[in-house]
Amino acid sequence: MHHHLILRVVTKMLVGTIILFAFYVQFHGDFSPGGGFQAGVIMAVAFIIYGIVFGLQKAKQVFPEWLVHKLVALGVLIYAATGVASLLLGYNFLDYGAFNPGHPIYGQHWGIFAVELGVGITVTGVMVAIYYAFAGRPPPMKDEDW
Amino acid sequence: MIDTLIDLILFAMLVFTALAIVRINHLFAVVMLSGVFSLLSALLLVTLDAVDVAFTEAAVGAGISTVLMLGTIALTARTQKKSSRSGLVPFIVVTVTGAVLVYGTLDMPDFGDPNAPAQLHVAPEYMAGSIEDIDVPNVVTSILASYRGYDTLGETAVVFTAGIGVLMLLSGLGRRRREDEEEEEDV
Repeated sequence: MHHHLILRVVTKMLVGTIILFAFYVQFHGDFSPGGGFQAGVIMAVAFIIYGIVFGLQKAKQVFPEWLVHKLVALGVLIYAATGVASLLLGYNFLDYGAFNPGHPIYGQHWGIFAVELGVGITVTGVMVAIYYAFAGRPPPMKDEDW
Repeated sequence: MIDTLIDLILFAMLVFTALAIVRINHLFAVVMLSGVFSLLSALLLVTLDAVDVAFTEAAVGAGISTVLMLGTIALTARTQKKSSRSGLVPFIVVTVTGAVLVYGTLDMPDFGDPNAPAQLHVAPEYMAGSIEDIDVPNVVTSILASYRGYDTLGETAVVFTAGIGVLMLLSGLGRRRREDEEEEEDV
């Protein structure tokens, strides 16, 4: 889409805002609508819109494919590791009270923070990976064909 | 009164969008209309105060799946093939299924009924505990991440598995390895 000047300028302005909004939805999910699933999708959208407007190769330079594939697994590992950590501290699996035994409510906050982060990372990875898989296959379509 | 009016308008638009999706053969328009359908569903969920679900519906249904379906169109065809079969049997099946589903809703508790079974089992405990035990005002988050942490771990694993499945099918990683092996055999 080299000739779409307005799209390119608007996308450049939007990508940073979208990523910031994704972080807001991720880390403010305790207090407002949102959480890991929504934040992961919004974060992925920032890279997908970049890939659509500037081309798949540019997007893969910013967010390389090997990193995306690692993130897909990393999120699930963070989530499961949170549960294993609470087991090792002598509590039940995913019992977040373990992370601050003197003040279980703070422990809950840490636990929810960790698992939501895991969810967000996995969802971002999966969404971007699926987009790369779809967009990476030939034949690329000309603008006029739409 | 105004709530009913908004619901009626949204549902009418939903039905018209669905009919348009069925009638149109041009797949680009169908994909765009399915995005519209998702946005309308998100609005309906907002009127039900289910903002978290509406958020997900708008982001996934109207955002990501539209992009992915456009990607699919780019790989396949722009227009739908004309079917030679008559649509009578599918129409009857759909009508009967719809009638059965509507009949099933007759036994459901009224909308917002405080004595509905779903409101009486663990919901009061979660509503109170979300503030007292967890101190998270968004009850959806406290149920999803804490009370139902196991389930969400399972959901994350499902997303992971789905992603791996699509990668195996589409990314060509397997094909590349096969080609490498064939080259080795040639040598």
